[in-house]
Amino acid sequence: MIQLQHIERVFQVGDEEVHALSDVTMSAESGEYIAIMGPSGSGKSSLLNILGLLDRPDGGSYELDGLRVSGLNEKEQARIRRHKIGFVFQFFHLVPRLTAFDNIALPLKLSGMTREERQTRVTAALSAFGLGNRAQHRPDQLSGGQRQRVAIARATIMQPSLILADEPTGNLDRHAGVEVAEILEELNHQGITLIMVTHDPDLGRRAHRRILMVDGRIDHDSSRTRT
Amino acid sequence: MQLNDILLFSMRAATANRGRTLLMLLAMTIGVGSVVVLISLGDSARRYVIGEFTSLGTNLLIVLPGRSETTGGPPPLLGGTPRDLTLDDAMALSRAATVRRTAPIIAGSAPVSVGNLEREMMVLGSTSELSEIRHLDLAQGSFLPPGDPTRAQAVCVIGMKGRQELFGRQAAVGQWLRIGDRRFRVIGILASSGVSLGEDLGELVIIPVAAAQSLFNTSSLFRILVEATSPEGMEQTRHFILETIRARHQGEDDITVITQDAVLATFDRIFRALTLSVAGIGAISLVVAGIMIMNVMLVAVSNRRAEIGLLKALGASQRQIMGLFLTESAILSLTGAGIGLLLALLGMRLAAFLFPQFPLQLAPWSPVIALAVALFTGVVFGVLPAHRAAVLEPVLALARR
Repeated sequence: MIQLQHIERVFQVGDEEVHALSDVTMSAESGEYIAIMGPSGSGKSSLLNILGLLDRPDGGSYELDGLRVSGLNEKEQARIRRHKIGFVFQFFHLVPRLTAFDNIALPLKLSGMTREERQTRVTAALSAFGLGNRAQHRPDQLSGGQRQRVAIARATIMQPSLILADEPTGNLDRHAGVEVAEILEELNHQGITLIMVTHDPDLGRRAHRRILMVDGRIDHDSSRTRT
Repeated sequence: MQLNDILLFSMRAATANRGRTLLMLLAMTIGVGSVVVLISLGDSARRYVIGEFTSLGTNLLIVLPGRSETTGGPPPLLGGTPRDLTLDDAMALSRAATVRRTAPIIAGSAPVSVGNLEREMMVLGSTSELSEIRHLDLAQGSFLPPGDPTRAQAVCVIGMKGRQELFGRQAAVGQWLRIGDRRFRVIGILASSGVSLGEDLGELVIIPVAAAQSLFNTSSLFRILVEATSPEGMEQTRHFILETIRARHQGEDDITVITQDAVLATFDRIFRALTLSVAGIGAISLVVAGIMIMNVMLVAVSNRRAEIGLLKALGASQRQIMGLFLTESAILSLTGAGIGLLLALLGMRLAAFLFPQFPLQLAPWSPVIALAVALFTGVVFGVLPAHRAAVLEPVLALARR
């Protein structure tokens, strides 16, 4: 499903060139559950951004579902983000002035779906994530766990094939964190590919495959050791 | 994205931050309000002047003695009127087929007295036809009798204000009054007490032209008013007047003929130019409003970086982001324009209430212009912030804080 070939990402910091990613080659099958781990500054977030088409690599190629996406223009990349990729962030990134319902409906609005269709889909999503009675609450009226559930509902509302989660439990207490992890794993069971960045070893252990990043390189990939 | 979703989203975004919204609305309100008020004042002034000229009469030509031309040599010492206009000139003009009426006019001021009461008043010598040419209405009695203009009948028509000051509560018609050293019998009272091109009709005394000639001891006329039979006959009448007077004045072109249309057209042009220039001054405040909008929107973009990044992650294209921010500034501009328009309307109503003698009202096309200009300003000055939002790197926008 995912094919990364010799990905390079270089940032200019002052006079220095920082290699956030150097010669990263990896692949992932559909339905995998991968944890990207590593110390801060190791390039794991950069890798996630490249995977999510939020950032362009300076070199190498990226194939998603057999499509070479690294060569697409901005508009086409936006389309792929909309339809194939769901994002879950550490800080939830809910729009503060919108209710839970409207936050979840946002991707549907962007894709131009009619109000009636949105209504049924968002209502279904709200009850699926146990947020049925929180539809009209704004983010500041929700607990951390509820906010992340809204964010996951938003990430999955377009029925993507890939979910990218950046420290999804990093800002939650233990109990809520486990709950969110279980929700994500449940989605993975349904066949959605799940890639999460974390430096929580407990969360990392739950993943079926662990990729350890050090200094912009893949230092260790549990799937490779297995084979 | 569907249109109503775009509008709703932008509206919510616009109203999320009250202080920012109020600031932008205020700027737009002031800008649009001042443009509309200035345009309306200019337009009102234009309509006032045009109305004044039209009230002088229709199809009117005004014959003035002397001719204004720029030739070489030193300026003439005494006004440079080579030859006077006389009563005979006026009578000669009334003979043409395209002329309906003529009224010779002698004007001056003289002391008017009744018993011990005396006041200085404007005295107009003319004929019975003046009443029709100038659309004068009488409150009481009758106007100067028609007949031979060379006969100096001792009758007069006075304005309402003069009547009250000289006769008080007594009946005036039929009474005698004294102008200079001559006695005149009052035969009519002018109805309107309005102001017609600076002449206060209320303080006017109208006497037969021959009487005015002997009163002021002059044979020359101040001007001759000529009313043509139709608007099409104006040019023909003008030629006729010039030729007749030239023939009577030994081949000298020593008069000036002003047609009312020409005067009207000139004033119309002048006032339109004036209106446009004051509107231009007002537009400066719109530019200021526009820059304010730009600043406020730029702040909004940097405050909402995370939101922009999120929208991009959710699959919004640069175009969509740009559209959302442009819609937001357009909504704010239009709302501000609406409020400004309302304030301008109230302001003009108030001004019209305070100064009822002037036709003060909102220029009919000013709302359209104001809204269009506001929308234009909002969009033009919204482009830079919207562009900045659109090209924001999603990674940077989403960067952890």
